[in-house]
Amino acid sequence: MADTVLTSGLARPQALRLAAWRPRRQTALAFGLLAPSLVLLTLFTYWPVAQVLWQALHNQIKIGGPQAYVGLANFTALFADAAFRKALANNLFYAFGTVIPSLVLALGFAMALARSSRVNALFRSLFFLPVLIPLVAAASIFLFIFLPNAGLLDYHLAKLAISGPNWLGDPDVALWSIMGLTIWKNAGYYMLFFLAGLQAVPADAYEAAILDGANPWQRLRYVTLPYLKPTIGFVMVIGLINVVTQVDHVFVLTKGGPSDSTNLLLFYVYQQAVESYDAGRAAAGTLVMLALLLAISASSLRTLERSFGEREP
Amino acid sequence: MIEASSGVANREITPRLGYAATLLLAALWMTPFLWMLVAAFNPHTYGGSGMASLVPSYVPTLGNFAEAWASADFPRYGLNTAIISFGILAGQIVMITLAGYAFARLEFPGRTLCFYLFLLQLMLAPVVLIVPNLATIAKLGLYDSLLGVMAPYFASAFGTFLMRQAFRAIPRELEDAALIDGASVWQRIGFIYLPLAKPSLIAFGIVSVTSHWNEFLWPLMVINSPDLRPLTVGLASFTRGAEGAQAWGVIAAGTLMVSAPLLIAFALFQRAFVNSFVSSGIK
Repeated sequence: MADTVLTSGLARPQALRLAAWRPRRQTALAFGLLAPSLVLLTLFTYWPVAQVLWQALHNQIKIGGPQAYVGLANFTALFADAAFRKALANNLFYAFGTVIPSLVLALGFAMALARSSRVNALFRSLFFLPVLIPLVAAASIFLFIFLPNAGLLDYHLAKLAISGPNWLGDPDVALWSIMGLTIWKNAGYYMLFFLAGLQAVPADAYEAAILDGANPWQRLRYVTLPYLKPTIGFVMVIGLINVVTQVDHVFVLTKGGPSDSTNLLLFYVYQQAVESYDAGRAAAGTLVMLALLLAISASSLRTLERSFGEREP
Repeated sequence: MIEASSGVANREITPRLGYAATLLLAALWMTPFLWMLVAAFNPHTYGGSGMASLVPSYVPTLGNFAEAWASADFPRYGLNTAIISFGILAGQIVMITLAGYAFARLEFPGRTLCFYLFLLQLMLAPVVLIVPNLATIAKLGLYDSLLGVMAPYFASAFGTFLMRQAFRAIPRELEDAALIDGASVWQRIGFIYLPLAKPSLIAFGIVSVTSHWNEFLWPLMVINSPDLRPLTVGLASFTRGAEGAQAWGVIAAGTLMVSAPLLIAFALFQRAFVNSFVSSGIK
């Protein structure tokens, strides 16, 4: 009894003090807590973006001279560079050629393996394994798979009396080979999202469709896909971001060659910065990638805000 | 094994043909791993011929592993990778906890602006900024150091938002009670919020460690000394050397060693891995 009196007696002034404590000290505390993150975000996100913007508009006019404002000259030079245009075109082709097949395969895997059973669980894990190994390690394995004549692919094709092309050496084929590796690596990742998405499809919807005599294709078209629409959009965004940001396998397998047929934007920028020391062109290339990323994520901004929404739910 | 979904569970949604095709593709999906295993234990190390067989017809040896072990300093690379991945995670946990608490529980002017500033990092993948970031790292004197590899990743918008969600789910009354008992803000975060947000921390930890364990291009740019290479960079240069010698068995053994830690971790904690990957689509 005495306890209750004591605590309730204490709680009041404490609560009042809390209210008075609020505005100013809370603001100071909040910025104190955010400061470490904000400092590092400034150093490694905002500052580099500003730097790239500045650099993209400046260059040395005389060799060894100071940096001077050159307007859009860096961009003109960038788009005049056949290697950059090739990398941009490759990246677009690579985006369509990997995201759509991975998405279709991932959806297929998820639908086939959605039913719970030990066997299905095992197969789901198998499809997920490529996601876990480094892209560099995957590339090391595929180096032998694509090896001409004695390699895994050619060796087994030869048994079927098919002679394969030079998978990584033929400029018309190399990008396709790289795309094969990307699909292999990512489909299992996207499958996870479809497995999660399929859980949201109510069983009644299927039952109703079956009662109405819908065949499997109709069930896919009118029941599954409409429910999975948000998942498909979401996976598409992740896939497109991956297409811009992951080039490790290009480094190991082809270094962008032969004759730039497998060069992708990020690898091109890496080459400009590390091999050609052309800061202006690297900056302009980085800006092109930033613009692409912003365009991709702007389309998903709604989803981001919904999942991390600033407003209280 | 990846856990089954309920909802549509026990419902035939793909005809048998689709199921058969999926199983066939699963076999195709496993072929690179199968080759890696068969080649890694193959006693005939050099030359391409005979290496393409997927059925082992030899007495398995560890010769390839010994040679890979001898020709590249994998233990050191592994140590470097572990320092990088777990160092990043440690820094991230401190920062995302503090920032997450600020966003979850404090009212302050400029909150929405800060929110969008963080969101910007989520939209611009750090790897795209490698060129300007390398210049910053060099200016800070961190070029060719493990800290230089880690620095750009300590602040994580994704982690911050994840912690903010987790903290918001914790009843405010718990904190108020601690406040009345005179607990400081650090004590409240450390003894109330952090323990209760453990599932989110684990999910974030798995995704963070996996992605930095596998990262390549950024450490390749920052690290110059062979002694400081992480596994991925070490493997790439090792592969280039062994490829010239056509030492495919050695490459397979090296690749297996580099991939093994995460594959084993996955085998042990499958459900945790899958859940954290699903919850972290947006990195």
